[in-house]
Amino acid sequence: MSLSHEDVQEILLLLDDTEYDELTLETDRFTLSLVRNDDKSGWVQETETRGKRQEARLASIEDSEKHSEPEPTEAGLLDVRAPMVGTFYSSPKPGAEPFITVNSQVSPNTVIAIIEVMKLMNSIPAGISGEVMEFHAVDAQFVEKGQLLMRVRPSE
Amino acid sequence: MNSVKNINRLLIANRGEIAARIIRTCQHLGIESVLAASQADLDSLPARLADQVINIGPPPSLQSYLNVEAVIKAAVQVKADAIHPGYGFLSENAALAKASEKAGIIFIGPTIEQLHAIGDKLKARENALTADLPLVPGGAVADAGEAEKLAAEIGYPVLIKAVGGGGGRGMQVVHDESTLAASMTLARAEAENAFNDERLYLECFVERGRHVEVQVLGDGDNIIHLGTRDCSIQRRYQKLVEEAPAPDLDKALRDNMENSAVAFAKHLRYRGAGTVEFLVDTQRSSFYFLEMNARIQVEHPVTEEITGLDLIAQQIRIAEGRPLGMKQEEVRFNGHAIECRLNAEDCMNNFLPSPGTVSAAHFPAGPGIRIDSHIETGSVVPPYYDSLLGKLIVWGEDRATAMIAMKKALEHCQIDGIENNIKLHRAIMASKEFTQGAVDSLFLNKLLKTTALEKTTNG
Repeated sequence: MSLSHEDVQEILLLLDDTEYDELTLETDRFTLSLVRNDDKSGWVQETETRGKRQEARLASIEDSEKHSEPEPTEAGLLDVRAPMVGTFYSSPKPGAEPFITVNSQVSPNTVIAIIEVMKLMNSIPAGISGEVMEFHAVDAQFVEKGQLLMRVRPSE
Repeated sequence: MNSVKNINRLLIANRGEIAARIIRTCQHLGIESVLAASQADLDSLPARLADQVINIGPPPSLQSYLNVEAVIKAAVQVKADAIHPGYGFLSENAALAKASEKAGIIFIGPTIEQLHAIGDKLKARENALTADLPLVPGGAVADAGEAEKLAAEIGYPVLIKAVGGGGGRGMQVVHDESTLAASMTLARAEAENAFNDERLYLECFVERGRHVEVQVLGDGDNIIHLGTRDCSIQRRYQKLVEEAPAPDLDKALRDNMENSAVAFAKHLRYRGAGTVEFLVDTQRSSFYFLEMNARIQVEHPVTEEITGLDLIAQQIRIAEGRPLGMKQEEVRFNGHAIECRLNAEDCMNNFLPSPGTVSAAHFPAGPGIRIDSHIETGSVVPPYYDSLLGKLIVWGEDRATAMIAMKKALEHCQIDGIENNIKLHRAIMASKEFTQGAVDSLFLNKLLKTTALEKTTNG
């Protein structure tokens, strides 16, 4: 059983009649801190519920997908990196032709991929003009913000 | 159907605030809660609150929360009596309901037939027509040619919608014939992607309307309503602020909508909690049936606050096979409630979603204030799911009191470490138009154009 909304309300009722402006309650299961507003009109709560399992943080998932970047195949190539975290899609829908492939010509507004973050699909523009020389992202894979997507030989 | 089967162990096939919300009711009722969580949510607040957690797969929804097989396997493995699907994900999925039945597990929701009758928006329209509900002019369109013909008949602007689903996906507003064909193609692709069903239908688009819905409860024989909710403040078809009851509706119109919702549910012999959505044309004081949602809704707390009922407990009770515990005349409405949806999105930067780690979460507390959230200091907001961080709900004796309480509560609400929309809510609550009365669906866009939200590092 954890701390419920009703529990907090009851604690506040008790506190309202005291002259204390702060309460910190620490148990094995949670920490609750209550601070009275400056104008005494109400309270602000902050809670931390303790886990009963080992930490299974996102880090482990992210770590496994981080890979070191390969050296550029030729000098003068420009990196195109993911502007946000999310799931990388190389084509507009499953099974469709990819937006671009190696040797595609791109201009700054050319859509090179879709990155889905929190159910929102974002079209990713190339941002530069030139020819795609390397392609590094894998369709339907998670990408980090700043992860290398492709390298482009800029047109003069 | 009339035999009662107690639910002692419940599998929650969902995540986020609604998972935490369902666990709370389980604790009150003495039901053992088992959370079916994806790998990304194993350390979430709901996972810490649940009596047991079972890993149902990798972070992407398709491999976990949308995976019927994985959910059923988990339910069987932990010997759950029932599955609560929450909202979104598989909540209105007939395949999950069917698989549950096959496995001898109760699916908390309506019958499989009702899921079909409501999930297919064209069938829902037919049912509404039979139940004598007013409908927005429109109908099925197989191709651009048919769409052009129908649009010419009912007049522009028109709205293209997906037969297979809602949530704004597969939806396109078309202002004239020149863009109709292109919009049909786009909507079809979206509908196919989101619902695996490319069928479309077309409706007259009411630009200045209010979105008002009626909460219903049914046990298959008896149907009652729990009043109205106003959800007109939306962005890209996503609700942002909701209130109960819907303000500034004359009594005849309100009664008419509530009775229509009950009539529709009666026609289906509905079992469970559901919501009948209407579009209200304020200028003509008329309303139209839009669709029914066969699940618990995000905004259910505002109804709970004015009726004193626990809707999740009601769902469980009905799923156990018990008759409704009250008659319509026993439902008591008291005061006014408002809900603000707190989202991890950057309202300064085109509402870009903002996953990450919450460095501090400070929520207001006190009488009349309720927080439904899975977020606390140190929580991780994964990039795989929607951006809802939680809901701030306030209750007051009347709308004006509730509005003042919400303003005050928002002042003391602060989420650090990720971008969020608290300052947008502050701007909404500060707007004269909203504080003075009901607003229509154009309100938020107008507000976004005229109000400069302050760039601050906090809140």
